[in-house]
Amino acid sequence: MSAPVPPKDEVPDTDDLICARCDVPLTMGKVLASYMGQTFPVELPVCPSCGFVYVSEELAAGRMLKVEQALEDK
Amino acid sequence: MDSDRVRKLEARCIEEQPPACVATCPLHVDMRAILEKVKKGDFSGAFALYARMVPFPGIVGHICDHPCEATCRRQEAGGAIRIAAVERALVEESYATLRRTAQRLSKPKRVAIVGAGLAGLTAAFDLAMKGHRITVLEADAHPLERLHHDYDEAVLPRSVIAAELGALQTLGVEIRVRSRIAGGGGPLGLDTLIDDFDAVLLALGPGVARNFAPTVRLTDNGRIDIDPNSRATSHPKVFGGGFHGALGEVYSPIGSIHDGRRAAASIDRFLQGASLTAKRDDDGGEASCLYVNTAAQQAVSPVEPVDAAAGYTLEEAKAEAARCFPCHCQECVKACVFLAHYKTYPKRAVREIHNNLSIIMGNRKANRMIDSCSLCGLCETVCPTDLAMGDVCLEARREMVDSGHMPASHHDFALRDMEDSRSARAAFARHEPGHARSARVFFPGCQLTASAPGHVERVYAHLRDRLEGGVGLMVDCCGAPAHWSGRTALHTEVVDHLRQTWEEMGEPEIVTACATCLTMLRKHLGEAPVRSLWPLLAEIGWPEDADARAAGRTLAIHDPCTGRHEREVHVAVRDLAARLGASVREISSAELTTCCGFGGLVSFANPEVANATIDARAAERPEDYLTYCAMCRDNFARRGKRSAHLLDLAFPPEDGSDPAARPDPGFSGRRDNRARLKIRLLRNLWGEDMNDPELVWTVRIPDEVRADMERKLILVDEVTAVIADAETTGRKLKDRKTGLFIATLRTGPVTTWVEYENTETGALVHKAYGHRMNVEAKS
Repeated sequence: MSAPVPPKDEVPDTDDLICARCDVPLTMGKVLASYMGQTFPVELPVCPSCGFVYVSEELAAGRMLKVEQALEDK
Repeated sequence: MDSDRVRKLEARCIEEQPPACVATCPLHVDMRAILEKVKKGDFSGAFALYARMVPFPGIVGHICDHPCEATCRRQEAGGAIRIAAVERALVEESYATLRRTAQRLSKPKRVAIVGAGLAGLTAAFDLAMKGHRITVLEADAHPLERLHHDYDEAVLPRSVIAAELGALQTLGVEIRVRSRIAGGGGPLGLDTLIDDFDAVLLALGPGVARNFAPTVRLTDNGRIDIDPNSRATSHPKVFGGGFHGALGEVYSPIGSIHDGRRAAASIDRFLQGASLTAKRDDDGGEASCLYVNTAAQQAVSPVEPVDAAAGYTLEEAKAEAARCFPCHCQECVKACVFLAHYKTYPKRAVREIHNNLSIIMGNRKANRMIDSCSLCGLCETVCPTDLAMGDVCLEARREMVDSGHMPASHHDFALRDMEDSRSARAAFARHEPGHARSARVFFPGCQLTASAPGHVERVYAHLRDRLEGGVGLMVDCCGAPAHWSGRTALHTEVVDHLRQTWEEMGEPEIVTACATCLTMLRKHLGEAPVRSLWPLLAEIGWPEDADARAAGRTLAIHDPCTGRHEREVHVAVRDLAARLGASVREISSAELTTCCGFGGLVSFANPEVANATIDARAAERPEDYLTYCAMCRDNFARRGKRSAHLLDLAFPPEDGSDPAARPDPGFSGRRDNRARLKIRLLRNLWGEDMNDPELVWTVRIPDEVRADMERKLILVDEVTAVIADAETTGRKLKDRKTGLFIATLRTGPVTTWVEYENTETGALVHKAYGHRMNVEAKS
């Protein structure tokens, strides 16, 4: 099998995301983020029907990573 | 780590000990710092440092007898720094900038000082700076009479003396000349001074002083009996100084100044009602215990002034100051990328680590630093006092784990990898086929099986072929990741399991291919006989069909850090390489080898330090590297340094490809290799069939995505699990614009996200990323 080549990567736009199972677009909703016993309320794109929460790579590798590391060093 | 132990550890690091020049100087003038500033042309900064310690910089800058030069370590490489000559240039340039302001005391004391030599005037200066009212009584017609006699105008210009005396008067010091003090009462009698003043200093200079008895006790030779350390006499208000006390002492201007300073310090203590002896550190010059590797310095001769009588010009002084190394130990910092990265040295690092462990509330800023040491032992090897930072960091890690303060993300991936290598997927132990017992057992370790499983099969076949008594096979992990990460309980569990397996095998001799396994098993398996594969191979020789294509190749040998003291192994490996025809160059001596970044799990806790460590090592020699540790080899390969394992030379790839170009298999490849090796060995040697790992989904990952996943420590198995879950449950997002699916799954302590598309040949992965935080919609 020849080596697969990925298409040029695009950062998904939240407005374009739909929940495949519920077939509805994501909307901003209240989410609880928790790590090491601490919980924070945040607003993230969520499926209004099944509650599937979307975390973008930008968020995971940026703000979320910073908070994780800060909590680990407490 | 209690504070007593911390103090002991700190005391072992000599980096903060004063250099020879500072230690020898009775005033401990910081010449190292001053020369650093002169070197940069900062004369006013240098002079400010100088004048902070020296009471009469103009005078001392011209006539100091500079005991510092006799101990300067530069003399071992070209000649001692001409410190006195630099000082002279410095004071001639900057004396005019001197500004001094005395403290103001609400109730100043009155002190009489008898004798206006350097000792007496130094005491006058020091006490005046503290705010006391000083009266100096001098028998001669001039203060500092001796300097007028002993030094030519060319050496010590009279204008300099006048300026210093003027400065002293500006501080409020009153100097009365032609005032010879006698014993007893009367206007110029010692008893009168004692009555009129709060303290008296007799800074007399040589000669008998019988007329002061019995107010102060005399020695047998008629001199005032002065305590050599506190300068106290038998009368509590009277102190003694100058060269009066000792016989046959050689005159030293800086010695006189030190003497006056010490007397002044005692008088100040006396005036405050403090102890004269407690916590004194002004004993004068002493030897320095700072280690300085002068052998590493190029010899450079002193700068000769163009005009010897005029002394150094500023440019000449700068050039001479530039010859100062300066003296530091830093042997470990020079050798260790980790210490250099954190711009620290053991004494400071030990304190930071202790403080970090002691934090109750607030951020533990040194957590990552503690986890960035490779525990490689090089610092200890090069340290003049054998201080081992690795031991300190390991101890700290254990405390962090025990107190629940070890950041989970630092070692979590490595520990899960260890779990995989110990699991039924990869680990097993068997006697040699057809044997009921094992005289020896081959222990290839979790990384050779992961990096080059074919080599394990070849070596095991060879050992079975050449050795009697049954050679068993024990594929397992030695527990190093648990040990390195400070997980004591987990490490004990690993060791107990290994011991049990070894006992069940009939307690055979263990033969390890990995230097870390050798060290770990020897240290923690206590009673088990453990030896390295390499000396054994040197004894029995390579197999007949070992490859001969290494002949004529030149490689530079890198020894693994965990085996830095295994002399027998170093010899055997070099011998084995030579028998394959390879010619081997040394990078450093085996004892001074560095870590490849895997040691101490640094590559997981701090990839930046790990990469810098391996890159520094890779840059040392241009040749391909020869290693005999699978992890070292793969780390070199990962960072683009061509390198071959010793077994790569003996058993090169069958397709004829270059063994030094073998790529790093990556974390997913490592797990896969271990699992497949077990399946293959059990089937081929013991006729046992394992169920092949179930392939739930076909996933294709392009090379760039795979490399990105390696950096993020995401495994193919995890990505596969995410896609399998999404495709089975339908839990996924769809990007309407691109048509890509986005799916997620909590895999262990990490939530993994995958962006992919479904193709006819399976899922094509575009991107994977993860986070440790849990997110859920608020219900």
